[in-house]
Amino acid sequence: MSHADTMGSHSAGMTAGPAFSVPAKKMAMWLFIIADTATFAACLVAYGFIRNATPNWPRPFHSITNVALMTFILITSSLTMLLGIEAAKSGDKARAFRWTMITAAGGALFALLHIREWLALIDEGMTLFKNPWGTGLFGATFFGVTGLHLLHVTGGVIALIAVGIRYQRGRYSADDLEITGLYWHFVDLVWMFVVPLVYLMNLGH
Amino acid sequence: MTTAAKPQSGVGKYVVVYFCILAIAGLQFVVAYSNINSSQMLARMLFLAIIEAALALLFFMHLSDNRGLLWFVVIFTVFVLLTLQYGWTDSFRLSGGVPWAR
Repeated sequence: MSHADTMGSHSAGMTAGPAFSVPAKKMAMWLFIIADTATFAACLVAYGFIRNATPNWPRPFHSITNVALMTFILITSSLTMLLGIEAAKSGDKARAFRWTMITAAGGALFALLHIREWLALIDEGMTLFKNPWGTGLFGATFFGVTGLHLLHVTGGVIALIAVGIRYQRGRYSADDLEITGLYWHFVDLVWMFVVPLVYLMNLGH
Repeated sequence: MTTAAKPQSGVGKYVVVYFCILAIAGLQFVVAYSNINSSQMLARMLFLAIIEAALALLFFMHLSDNRGLLWFVVIFTVFVLLTLQYGWTDSFRLSGGVPWAR
C-alpha cells in the first residue's frame, strides 16, 4: 500500500469530521472551560452553603465604586478582545495585536485594582481565618473565590501577551487568538457570578 | 464591498451586546441597594447574572453559531450544576435545624 493510499484511507476514516464541526484546539478549550465551570461552580456553591449556614456573616463592603470599576474594565476588555479577533480574521495583524494588548492591559488593570482591594481589607485586619466584623470563615471564602478568579485573570493576561506576540510574528493564526479569546470571555463570565454573590450580597447598608 | 461590510456588522452586534451586558450588570448594583430580603435579592441577582452569561456565551463566545456545541455545553454544565445541589439543603439544617434535620 502506497503512502497516498494510506493517506486516502486515513482521510476516509476522518470524513465524519471533528466533533460539532469545531477544530480540535477550540474543542479542547471548550472542554477546559466546562471543567473550569465545574471548579468555580463548586467554589461558589460551597461559599453559598457556608454563608447560609453562618448566622453572623460579615457585610464589610460599604462602597461599590471599586467593584463597579473592575466589572466595567473586565466587560470592556471582552469587547476589545472581540475587536482584536475581528481584526485578525480580516487579516489586519497590527490592529489585532493592538486590541489584544489593550485587552491584556485591561486585565492587568483589573488585577491591580483587585490586589489594591485585598490590601485594603488586609489593612483593616482581615486574614484567611479572622476579621473584625464576624465569622472568620468570611476571609477564607472571600480570598478563596476571588483569589481563584484573580489567578485566572493573571494567567489570561500572560496568555494574551504570549499569544498576541506570537500572532504578530506569524507563528500563531487568527484561530489561536480566537481560542485565547474564548478563555478571556470565560474569565469575564465567571466574574458576572462572583460580583453579586461575593460583593453585592455583602454590602453593608 | 460585501466582504468589508461583514466584519463591521459583527462589531456592531458585539457593541450592542456589550452595552446590554453593562446595563444588566448595572441593574445588579441597583438590586443590591433595593430594600428586599436576602433570598429575593439572591434570586434576582442570579437571574440577571444568568442572562449576562447567556449573552456572553451566545454572542461573545459564538455559541449561537453552533447549535450542536451549544447543547453540548448547556447539558454538560447544567448536569454539573445540578449534581452540586445535593447538599445545599443541609446548610438550612445547620442554620435552622429544621425541617431537614428530621
